Amino acid sequence: MSVATVYRSGLRAGRDGFAQLVRAEWTKFRTVRGWVIAMTAASLIIVALGLSYASGNRSTCGQGPVEVACPAPPVGPDGEAVTDGFFFVHRPLPAEGGITVRLTSLTGIITYPPPDHDKIVPGLVPWAKAGIIVKENTRPGSAYAALMVTAGHGVRMQYDYTHDIAGRPGRVSAASPRWLRLTRTGDTLTGYESADGRQWAKVGTARLDGLAATVRIGFFVTSPSDLTVKRSDLGGTIEQARFTQATGVFDHVSVQGTAPGEWSGGNVGNAGTTDWERHHQATGVQESGGTFTVTGHGDIAPQTDGQPIERPLTGVLIGLIVMVVVAVTSMTAEYRRGLIRTTLLADPRRGRTLAAKAVVIGAVSFAAGLAAAAVAVLAGRPILQANGNYVLPVSTFTEVRVIAGTGVLAALAAVFALALGTLFRRAVAAVITAIALIVVPYILATASVLPDGAAQWLLRLTPAAGFAIQQSIPEYAHVLGHYVPAAGYFPLAPWAGLAVLSAYTALALGLAVVLLRRRDG
Amino acid sequence: MEATIEVAGLRKRFGQITALDGMSFTVTPGQVTGFVGPNGAGKSTTMRVILGLDSADEGHALVGGRPYRSLRRPLSHVGALLDAGALQPSRTARDHLLWLAHSQGLGAGRVGEVIEQVGLGSAARRRAGGFSLGMRQRLGIAAALLGDPPVLMLDEPFNGLDPEGIVWMRGFLRSLAAEGRAVLVSSHLMSELQDTAGHLVVAGRGRVVADAAVADLIAAASGGRIALRTPARAEAMTALAGAGATVAATGPDALTVSGLAAERVVSLLNARAVPFSEVAAHRATLEEAHMDLTRDVAEFRAATGREAAR
Repeated sequence: MSVATVYRSGLRAGRDGFAQLVRAEWTKFRTVRGWVIAMTAASLIIVALGLSYASGNRSTCGQGPVEVACPAPPVGPDGEAVTDGFFFVHRPLPAEGGITVRLTSLTGIITYPPPDHDKIVPGLVPWAKAGIIVKENTRPGSAYAALMVTAGHGVRMQYDYTHDIAGRPGRVSAASPRWLRLTRTGDTLTGYESADGRQWAKVGTARLDGLAATVRIGFFVTSPSDLTVKRSDLGGTIEQARFTQATGVFDHVSVQGTAPGEWSGGNVGNAGTTDWERHHQATGVQESGGTFTVTGHGDIAPQTDGQPIERPLTGVLIGLIVMVVVAVTSMTAEYRRGLIRTTLLADPRRGRTLAAKAVVIGAVSFAAGLAAAAVAVLAGRPILQANGNYVLPVSTFTEVRVIAGTGVLAALAAVFALALGTLFRRAVAAVITAIALIVVPYILATASVLPDGAAQWLLRLTPAAGFAIQQSIPEYAHVLGHYVPAAGYFPLAPWAGLAVLSAYTALALGLAVVLLRRRDG
Repeated sequence: MEATIEVAGLRKRFGQITALDGMSFTVTPGQVTGFVGPNGAGKSTTMRVILGLDSADEGHALVGGRPYRSLRRPLSHVGALLDAGALQPSRTARDHLLWLAHSQGLGAGRVGEVIEQVGLGSAARRRAGGFSLGMRQRLGIAAALLGDPPVLMLDEPFNGLDPEGIVWMRGFLRSLAAEGRAVLVSSHLMSELQDTAGHLVVAGRGRVVADAAVADLIAAASGGRIALRTPARAEAMTALAGAGATVAATGPDALTVSGLAAERVVSLLNARAVPFSEVAAHRATLEEAHMDLTRDVAEFRAATGREAAR
């Protein structure tokens, strides 16, 4: 047997690491023109559909026979849109101090409620409220802290529109009055309640940073519109809002500290313009021997009527389908051509190989989703506004979360699809499964074809939960609303929804690694 | 022991079918080792097990003393060509080699070298989907050479090559072996291996039927046999068999005789007055040696069927 000198390569050994694998997978991806074009197209589809939505959406308000631009709602101290309407009996409080009242009655009317819609009935909506308030000034949207009794949710301490602390439950009546006390010390406001004016229980405290030295202190009554929702014959829902009015009776009104001047009353915001107010009972205050009867309409709360910034992201659904196809194909094409063997020869550590693929397809989808979402949201907003739409303001953090979250959503969906492609090894089966799990539940849940409960469960349990990351306006427990997927409200918080999708992706990827290790190449 | 392939006692079943049944052999550096046998003999399965693509139920396969799956930058230890058609059709030849190079921490410079080495320079920037089978074989060889490995494993590299390509491939394989590499080449084209391989591993029914130098195999297959041409075949067979020879009919007037020297055959036939026109010492071709070794295996295969699908 002839044995020659054993071959020694003169080639300098390359580096061996995960980065080399990722680089190889990136080279693989970018050298297939179809994939690059499809990913770019996915981005452009999202932008095009978003901008076309924005330019096709117009909104005007009627003022008599004239169409005018809709007035923008006031903005609260944290930058969110608010509704700030109530009847306010107040005086200045130039320093520290407080107010104590006893509330003996809270009554009201609701106009034309179901089932017959034919009369005005006595009654209160759950969030009708009467109480005491310290407010920076009478301008709608200014900072405040308030302690109140509500019709259906007991005593609450609320401040700066979005914050709500529960106190003792129960309704108020002459037999069961409620004493309320609100004190200011620096920027800190503390609320107390009592059944008899002697035993006080603390409800909560609020810090209103930078509160002016002189504020308005007093008592108020307000009542938000009644909301009824019914299913329409065509699927979908019809929401109806009804005028309501509440009347609260206060006595034992006392101010602690120096609060000079007399009580003066007035509406904050636009109240007193309905026929009922003009012809039956106007909002206002009547005093009789230290007993104040205050009537008001409106709400002191965040307001959610308008276009959320994520509305121009409707095209993401279509873009995701394209990305899913690319992600699946990047794996199944290797199986179809037998190229998977070459890939496994290049690095036999199969988990790492799949991880490198996931990094590349995830990063590419993230970039495509991020860029598209940034353009759709940032360019869509001025177009919406130019068309008379009110775009609900959100913090920069929320805006970044919606845009970057869309990128993460795309990345997770693509990696999920990649894992399915590895599990099935067949493009058609993997694409259908991915779309059936990500896209279809979202469409079913938001198209108003399912009952609200079913729609919400779909968005809790399926990978489509990840779309929650795009929701910019949260659901407020202290504001009556129709918080359903069709209106853009997800049952899970943004990060929780994304976590559900992440869990599905991790599970699929884990299974794919196990299977890839087990099966013969 | 570095530049070697060692296969020891590999067994593997696919359901009812035994694909490997104790396959064992060693490939040594410095020569081309032919890996031959009928379809279904287990050649491709053995190669996939060596490369860590399939796992064996029993036994082990080592490259340079280590299992393939434990190799780091494996393409610098062993280069393999399994399926020349395993390409993304829309990727260019150069890009196909580039991602492979990147996976081994190598750069574009090395890609250019192997492309020139296999003579694909002018087609490097064309899409591999448009390549002829011959060009794909060259691209597959280039990929196998990328890491400049001391061990090469090529499955049917002559497939689809034109005569010029076959000549090139034979010279190329010999020169790679002459550099001290261990080169394992599976093929059914025995004539190609006769001019190329110095050693043969013959597989059948999932195990090694013969493992020997090509020269020894041919001598053994020729094995003192004598070709006899006679119009009186039956009489000749009776006469020779009676004298203890093994006689096989190879044609209407042709016999192969073994176990007797040529002079003895002539005198026996003359004594019985059996006419004959030719007596010649038989020299086997590699093809015949192969057929000899695998005849029973081939029959077995015809009976059991579908292993060739693997």
